[in-house]
Amino acid sequence: MSTLPDGRFIDDAPYDPNVDLSAPERSDMDAPNWVLVWRKFRKHKLGLISGIFLLLAYMAIPFAGFISPYTPNERSADHLYHPPQAINFWHEGEFIGPFVYPTVGSADLENFQWVYETDTTRPMPLQFFCKRTEYKLFFLIPADRHLFCAPEGATVFIFGSDRLGRDVFSRISYGAQLSLTVGLIGITVSFILGIGFGAIAGYFGGWVDWVVNRAIEILRSLPELPLWLALSAAVPSNWGPVSVFFIISIILGLLDWPGLARAVRSKFLSLREEEYVRAAEMMGAKPSRVIRRHLLPNFMSHLIASATLSIPAMILGETALSFLGLGLRAPAVSWGVMLNDAQNLASIEIYPWTAIPMLPIIIVVLAFNFLGDGLRDSLDPYSD
Amino acid sequence: MAPLLDVKNLSIGFGSAPPVVAGVNFSVSSGETLALVGESGSGKTLTCRSILRILPKTAQLRQGEVMFGTGEARANLLTLSQRDIRDIRGNRISMIFQEPMRSLSPLHRIGNQVSEVLTLHRDMSADEAKRDVLATFERVGFADPERAFRAYPFEMSGGMRQRAMIAMAMVAKPDLLIADEPTTALDVTTQAQVLGLMKDLQRDTGMAMILVTHDLGVVANMADSVVVMNKGHVMESGPAPAVLGAPGHGYTKKLFAAAPMIPKDPTPADPLPDKDLILELNNVCKTYTVRAGGWRAKKQVHACVDVNLKLPRGKTLAVVGESGSGKTTCARIALGAEVPDEGSRVLFRAEPGAEPVCINDLSRAEKVAFQRQAQMVFQDPYSSLSPRMRVQEALTEPMEIHRIGDRMARRDKAAEMLRWVGLDPDMLARYPHAFSGGQRQRLSIARALTLDPVLLVCDEPTSALDVSVQEQILSLLERIRDGMGLSYLFISHDLAVVARIADEVAVMRQGVVVEQAPPETLFYNPRHPYTKALIAAQPEPDVHRPIDLAEVARGAGSSCSWPDMYRFEGVDAPDLIQIDPGHKVRCHV
Repeated sequence: MSTLPDGRFIDDAPYDPNVDLSAPERSDMDAPNWVLVWRKFRKHKLGLISGIFLLLAYMAIPFAGFISPYTPNERSADHLYHPPQAINFWHEGEFIGPFVYPTVGSADLENFQWVYETDTTRPMPLQFFCKRTEYKLFFLIPADRHLFCAPEGATVFIFGSDRLGRDVFSRISYGAQLSLTVGLIGITVSFILGIGFGAIAGYFGGWVDWVVNRAIEILRSLPELPLWLALSAAVPSNWGPVSVFFIISIILGLLDWPGLARAVRSKFLSLREEEYVRAAEMMGAKPSRVIRRHLLPNFMSHLIASATLSIPAMILGETALSFLGLGLRAPAVSWGVMLNDAQNLASIEIYPWTAIPMLPIIIVVLAFNFLGDGLRDSLDPYSD
Repeated sequence: MAPLLDVKNLSIGFGSAPPVVAGVNFSVSSGETLALVGESGSGKTLTCRSILRILPKTAQLRQGEVMFGTGEARANLLTLSQRDIRDIRGNRISMIFQEPMRSLSPLHRIGNQVSEVLTLHRDMSADEAKRDVLATFERVGFADPERAFRAYPFEMSGGMRQRAMIAMAMVAKPDLLIADEPTTALDVTTQAQVLGLMKDLQRDTGMAMILVTHDLGVVANMADSVVVMNKGHVMESGPAPAVLGAPGHGYTKKLFAAAPMIPKDPTPADPLPDKDLILELNNVCKTYTVRAGGWRAKKQVHACVDVNLKLPRGKTLAVVGESGSGKTTCARIALGAEVPDEGSRVLFRAEPGAEPVCINDLSRAEKVAFQRQAQMVFQDPYSSLSPRMRVQEALTEPMEIHRIGDRMARRDKAAEMLRWVGLDPDMLARYPHAFSGGQRQRLSIARALTLDPVLLVCDEPTSALDVSVQEQILSLLERIRDGMGLSYLFISHDLAVVARIADEVAVMRQGVVVEQAPPETLFYNPRHPYTKALIAAQPEPDVHRPIDLAEVARGAGSSCSWPDMYRFEGVDAPDLIQIDPGHKVRCHV
């Protein structure tokens, strides 16, 4: 530091006016987009936890039969409306590992209700990797090993049983197979339609844009629930559960695309003004190339976030339809179908555990929302 | 006597990184103007924001003190309670921000926003506040203060909004005004007037002023003392005449060398040859039809009116004008990206002596061939490269589109072009976002060159860049033009930038070319009042060449206020008359 006679201050630190022209200024930004997004997303704790939870949930789908002690339509006629059973570890102050107490049911003819008496003198340890009813692993391989099951002479109903004596826990884990995937299939349909129409409208503008927008407005103005009802009613009742499932998810997708198309369109409109798009056009790139190489990659992340945020709507849609008895039908198992059994207020009051399938719905929907929020916040890694 | 504001050893940082502002010292006394000069990332904005404690949430004040006030009331602003600092904000220290378009609330009338300061700090009734606000409006140059009071921000132009912002900052008669790049977003003639206004106000009220700017020209016109910052450190500080007259630090010298200047003693140049034209715009007009809203008839907006430009091969033709002058429309028409009105002809000759092609009626195949020969360099280096593409993909894309060469050949060509623009071919595997604005502008120039074009249209290629980088890019463009034999159509709002690169300049105003000549001739003998205003408004980094506000006022106003010889209304302009060889002016004979 030095001060000149005229009161001037001049920094003494050595100064090199020649800068290295090729040195990256922000080497932290020198990475593909997904790396930058991941770095930012990692800091969003709630989103990260939700993401991991959903990932585990989806990975568990093919193993539903292994995880559940019973198959979904397996009845135990002696245990109708069985309340949830606790899994204990200590019996009379002594540790003996996970076990259940056997129960004996009887009909209370005064209140017309099933009552169960627990025999707390006989702990019956749970069995692991035991052979029980046959199921299909990965929907293909026949298997009969279960992660855990009740010993002979006892039952293990973690979440209780329903009016036919089926295990609610097992049905929830089987129900996840349909309830979780309905969103994915629906979103795929809605994605294809939404991106297609949104991109065309946004890129070409003019009358194309007008037509697409009017179509969106008409679709949006239709009352949703009656339309679902009408479309599902049109599904022939002699179709198998799987075809009904596909049709339901496609119906959900068909009605969901307008929202996505609007998002795509507005994103397109703003991206089209970016100079790299103009540059590509002036280089002579055809519209299809501009859309594929420049526009789509740059808003794919936005699309994924908005898709994540609209999966819950699909799951809820399926649940609503099935709850009303218009979606999936027995013997298919989904969370909505299970809730169908809980329609009766009286039965919820007496057997509250029949409404337990609401819990996984709430948790999954919340997780998708948190994940979507986290993704949306980390989408634009280039702005600080 | 202690200065009004004394910043001592100020350090600001983010996270655990080294400080972005380190050990900054300066002081301002009443009636004095201090200029904080620096390029982007120098920490000048953070420094001035820390005075009012309006730093971003993640910034930490690590060290230092900011003493403000006189006598009893003197306090360290950095340690005041929130309540006390609120009493100072807008009341004793006020601030003007860079973006006049964004710093006013769009939903409130200007008058309400400005009088809020008084009702908050002075306990005034609405009527009293309005009286004061109207007086301030009159002072900042609103012709009809009552109307301005009732207006919404969107009804006003950028310059008017910045006046409103100044009124808002001044209405409480603060002791210190902090202006953060107050004129950067404005046109040069508006900038001159706003700077003049700020100077007058300061003289009248005796307040102190901190002016944050990157423009040495603005410093020379406004400041009493200067603090030059680079990367968070003060490089040099001292009285303005001393620092500007004989810069002591290497960085200041570099900034000075880079500052574009209008030549001091221009001599008229020879006119450009009129043969072997690569690009010719003949009677080009462009009219946009704008919906007026509601049931009203559609309005016609004339972006270009009867533009005639000739670009000889190997030369640079510059089109200069303020925002809305139609210069970018001209460039887009020249590249065939915009279709001009009937009767306009744009002729392009790829080879010397070849039959010209008319760009407006090309077949698809001819258009592709033309796009290979004419390329564009864009204004914003941050948005002209796709963030998803590696440098290599971005540079080879033009060749992919035109199916030139194979993978290896394309890669080699891209590497060669990187060397042309002064970069290392190692960059090919990197992503553009790792680089600074200047590096990215080089990349986008390299991309434009990969097709071996003969014509390059540069749309304000340096206006988003720092001064020292701007200078490098201009030298690079000159080197490429001479090395590759290119011809440039150069669009700019800055006469001084154009002065060094152009062989001929066309000055545009509201769609009309008002004067056209080689730059030296233009500076030697500007004839049109608007050209004179542009030249006079250009802030020069020389304390002895202040802005001539009277000249600016004569030419920058409406075309009805010009002398009889040049006056016209609407699009009903007189012809462009040749007054000297190669010097054309739009005037009545």
